[in-house]
Amino acid sequence: MKFLSNLINGISLGSVYAIIALGYTMVYGIARMLNFAHGDVIMVGAYICFFAIYSFNLNPVIGILMAVVVCTVLGVVIEKLAYKPLRQATSLAVLITAIGVSYFLQNMAQLLWSANPKVFPTIINGSIKLFGGELSISRTTIVIVLVCALIVVGLSIFVNHTKMGKAMRACSEDKEAAQLMGINVNKTISMTFAIGSALAAIAGVLMCCAYPNLQPTTGSMPGIKAFTAAVFGGIGSIPGAFIGGILLGVLEILGSAYISTELKDAIVFLALIIVLLVKPTGILGKKIHEKV
Amino acid sequence: MAAMLEVNDINVYYGSIHAIKGVSFEVNEGEIISLIGANGAGKTTTLHTISGLLKSTTGSMSFMGTDLMKTPADKIVSLGLAHVPEGRRIFQGMDVEENLDMGAFTQPKSSIKGNKEIVFEHFPRLKERRHQIAGTLSGGEQQMLAMGRAMMSNPKLLMLDEPSMGLAPILVDEIFEIIKALNKAGTTILLVEQNAQMALSIASRGYVLETGRVVLEDEAKNLLNNDSIRKAYLGG
Ligand SMILES: Nc1ncnc2c1ncn2[C@@H]1O[C@H](COP(=O)(O)OP(=O)(O)O)[C@@H](O)[C@H]1O
Ligand SMILES: [Mg+2]
Repeated sequence: MKFLSNLINGISLGSVYAIIALGYTMVYGIARMLNFAHGDVIMVGAYICFFAIYSFNLNPVIGILMAVVVCTVLGVVIEKLAYKPLRQATSLAVLITAIGVSYFLQNMAQLLWSANPKVFPTIINGSIKLFGGELSISRTTIVIVLVCALIVVGLSIFVNHTKMGKAMRACSEDKEAAQLMGINVNKTISMTFAIGSALAAIAGVLMCCAYPNLQPTTGSMPGIKAFTAAVFGGIGSIPGAFIGGILLGVLEILGSAYISTELKDAIVFLALIIVLLVKPTGILGKKIHEKV
Repeated sequence: MAAMLEVNDINVYYGSIHAIKGVSFEVNEGEIISLIGANGAGKTTTLHTISGLLKSTTGSMSFMGTDLMKTPADKIVSLGLAHVPEGRRIFQGMDVEENLDMGAFTQPKSSIKGNKEIVFEHFPRLKERRHQIAGTLSGGEQQMLAMGRAMMSNPKLLMLDEPSMGLAPILVDEIFEIIKALNKAGTTILLVEQNAQMALSIASRGYVLETGRVVLEDEAKNLLNNDSIRKAYLGG
């Protein structure tokens, strides 16, 4: 029963990683860049929701919506100001810029909201007891897993069956050919950042529901873990990000329960190294056709 | 009457490489025009410039009265100017039908089904393979898909960049028959080829490109009989 409980917690944590990883992987798939500021967008989303509920006494649902709106705009603005001018630059320049944006967001948060940790309010109460009370699952856990499932299904439908979704795939394969079809590449990249950042806002709120400690650096470790999850599953692949996220969460929780709490992160990264040694493109990754 | 496509004194650079040096030509409605030249002459660069993927630093280009110099790449196709790029550049990870849908990206939903039927009439093999992933098609089928994808936009002018490249002779014949049929059905064609013999045999006029310059322009039948062209491009 203890194992089952750990497993469920792992799936829940993994669901948060998966939602973040989806943003990473979509942006990588289309803009071919690692947006290391993605984790900090999560933190901004959590803060927005926190203040909406705590300072303005708004309904949590409105708080989440506000977080989504602010982060969507933030993501699009970051892309326009920081990354778009670097479309033709080397990937190293883009990477360093992304790290810069990450620190910028953390420092802005510190300036605006101070470095003192905030305790995120409880949004979802209670738990469900199963097996005559032997297994207790918090409602938060259930909501997180359900939201993640919904997002993955919704995103898959969007990408595979809508005109805009197909245009995104076309851009990720060949931007010039996509333009010859009449697809506006800049608009498509903007939209990808918008979707990724909206997901980051949701992930930020969900994460703080489960781990209610909020400070300007809150997003950075989950950001790195979600990046790992995206690589784990095969960067650029939506199902890959989902599977990678869940696996990572489960590994982390089981690792800390049965091996060592101190070593849980080391276990996660060791697993990543092993996966990449066996399959360098990740679990579901495809070979990337580099164009000459 | 002004020509359908007018290209006038364009110059294109890749960094410090001067790839196109004052190229001018025109395509009239209903024609098949062929642009021939050796590898590296600047044929692909010329087409990319017309499509807005590259910019000319001088001159002018217009298509049916629209100034192409001021039109961004993603607005070209809706003018009725479609481009089948060198190396096909189909979306490998999508299936045949999705590729065709991408070709119809700018088209109203109502016309997509009819366009697809027309494409399938010209390329029955694409119909059989409509759910196959494009990357797994043979080279000839990929070329057909690239052409079909371009046709989905209802083009008035179709630019084809080396459609015969890497294909077996029997497939080359098939592709050229389809080009002729498309032209007969009313599509104007700008055909870029290294296979000058084939290209000139179906064209009305031709331009010869050498290291970024148009060195010769004439009726296709005259070019086929021109001694220096025969030596340089037609194997004697
Ligand atoms: N991306 C590029 N970067 C630099 N030079 C290029 C590039 N593409 C083509 N060139 C150069 O421009 C010239 C014309 O090339 P291209 O238009 O591809 O010729 P063609 O299609 O007639 O074979 C060649 O000298 C080629 O080396
Ligand atoms: Mg070429």
